[in-house]
Amino acid sequence: MNDASPPAVACRKLAKKYPDVLAVDHIDLEVRAGECLAVLGPNGAGKTTTVEMIEGLTEPSAGEIALFGHVWGRSRSDDQAIRELLGVQLQETHFQERLTVLETIELFASFYRRSRPAVELLALVALEQKRDAKVGKLSGGQKQRLALACALVGEPRLLCLDEPTTGLDPQSRRQIWEIVEAFKARGGTILLTTHYMEEAARLADRVAIMDHGHIIALDTPDVLIASLGAEDIVACEVDRVLDDADLRALPTVGEVMNTTTEGRSRIRLSVRDIGQALPALLALTAARGARLDGLVTHRATLEDVFVHHTGRGLRDG
Amino acid sequence: MADTPPARRKSALGTLILARIRMFLREPAVIFWVFAFPAILAVALGTAFRDRPPEPPRVGVPTDLTNGVAALASQRLQTLDSDRVTLERATRQELADKLRKGAIDVIVEDAPDGSIAYHFDPQRAEGRMSRLVVDDVIQRGLGRQDAASVREVTELPKGARYIDFLLPGLIAMNLMGSALWGVGYGMVQERSKKLMRRFATTPLTRTQFLTSYIASRLVFLAVEVAFLVGFGALVFDVTIQGSLPLLFGVALLGVLTFTGFAVLCAARTSSVEVVSGFINALTLPMWLLSGTFFSYERFPEAFHPIIKLLPLTALNDALRAITNEGAGLVAIAPQLATLAGWGLLTFLLGVRLFRWR
Repeated sequence: MNDASPPAVACRKLAKKYPDVLAVDHIDLEVRAGECLAVLGPNGAGKTTTVEMIEGLTEPSAGEIALFGHVWGRSRSDDQAIRELLGVQLQETHFQERLTVLETIELFASFYRRSRPAVELLALVALEQKRDAKVGKLSGGQKQRLALACALVGEPRLLCLDEPTTGLDPQSRRQIWEIVEAFKARGGTILLTTHYMEEAARLADRVAIMDHGHIIALDTPDVLIASLGAEDIVACEVDRVLDDADLRALPTVGEVMNTTTEGRSRIRLSVRDIGQALPALLALTAARGARLDGLVTHRATLEDVFVHHTGRGLRDG
Repeated sequence: MADTPPARRKSALGTLILARIRMFLREPAVIFWVFAFPAILAVALGTAFRDRPPEPPRVGVPTDLTNGVAALASQRLQTLDSDRVTLERATRQELADKLRKGAIDVIVEDAPDGSIAYHFDPQRAEGRMSRLVVDDVIQRGLGRQDAASVREVTELPKGARYIDFLLPGLIAMNLMGSALWGVGYGMVQERSKKLMRRFATTPLTRTQFLTSYIASRLVFLAVEVAFLVGFGALVFDVTIQGSLPLLFGVALLGVLTFTGFAVLCAARTSSVEVVSGFINALTLPMWLLSGTFFSYERFPEAFHPIIKLLPLTALNDALRAITNEGAGLVAIAPQLATLAGWGLLTFLLGVRLFRWR
């Protein structure tokens, strides 16, 4: 990789303050050319605000953003150069319902100096059958693929996707993922926000975990999961209050989360060897005379990384 | 397919204008409001208020009238051609009923003293008129001579009919409506759909975005004005006495003026309900005050200076002066200045306040 080429996105001390909340709190973020970076976090974490500042839609309160070396707001020609390089899918866009699919793509194509032929894009997003259909007649998944086609029509070097598969059925979601992967295979850079850890795990080279306007972790999915020091997660509830110290003393247990409410404990353990940890946990609860409810074990995921850093689930809000 | 030459890049502005024209044509409601509605109004109002030949007075004469001056009079009436009076014979009771309902205008009968009695309702103009006409017919029939010779001149000057007044008003109303709804509502709709934000991330410039709206409006301006002028000429024989290019020029200025208002209405609004309210609040009072359907001369004199400052009044007056008085550019300069002033003011303010994202 050429070190001299500037990163696709470089944010320095980027902040956005709204009257009642600091939505983005002076973050540094870099997206390397050719990578897919996923920003993972719950609703209200500041993901969309961050991406919209990078897209030039939201004026930062502080900080600087450069895309491929062009700094937003430095000059009109810089701004125009950035817009030529940028492909955007907003969280929600309703295209004009009375235009056809082909007309919509051709309209967006006309905005850019270079553009991909509409026919090629229709094939890419599997909308050839719908080329003359009115946008208003498309299904949710088809509309989302049209939005992706419009984001890709200007041959962008950076594709910004804000929750591209939220609300879609699993099949539509896989279709979107395949289109994004094809773009990446052509050397494109992707900045993606999502609150689906599967999406981040599948598409992203690196994941930034965001919460309350901060980036609290940033690395490859493997490294992030490994940082938990755990292979598996064990979670359960018991009808007695258990001591943290007893839980920590169980074999191969790493991190312990133990929240007590009304005489019951909600327990979540990161364990390196579930074969040793689980029997010991069962023995402990039996010795305390506690009944065990809702025992769940699973391989550690990005979701567990998020829980580890914030003490909350991704969709807990 | 592989060796297809690279397509020549289409202009962003041209493609966006074309897209706007397509969207406009694919909205059936718009076609109705822009073309059918003014045509229906013109037909309805033009027919209701068309200049009818005056109806002859309807005169009732009792069937049992046998002698005296009144009988003689009724004979005179019967020999007259029906152009001057329409005669109705019935019993006295029936005639009295008809007079009360307004089915006849006057009853001629004999008074006890031998003179002729006219029964009519002096509150009704038709009653008073009929009495005069009938009296004239009877008196002449009985030998009265005119003291002076008279000559009647009944030819109206061109452009004095109601439809001549109405048609320029409908054109102005149409221009105002299509500019405000087409541009103002359209912009707010694109903002509320987040399409404006989506455009803002592309190299499309704001000037191109705004221009696309104005340009697509101008395409339809020509069609709308030509349609209404042609409609008026064909159906009502309304002739444009002034210059047709000047009429189109004034229409163009009118559209630009109301586009200024539209940009101002749409500057900050992101809800189509709110912008609809703005547009209605702007258009409805002007429909009434600016003399679309009836002359603003009917409002008290004191209000005229304010009414004349309204942009729709200026447009109405200028279009009417060209259509009905054959006015030239100089004669309508004050109205054009009013329009240009409003247009410039609202457009600059609108662009300044405009929220793009």
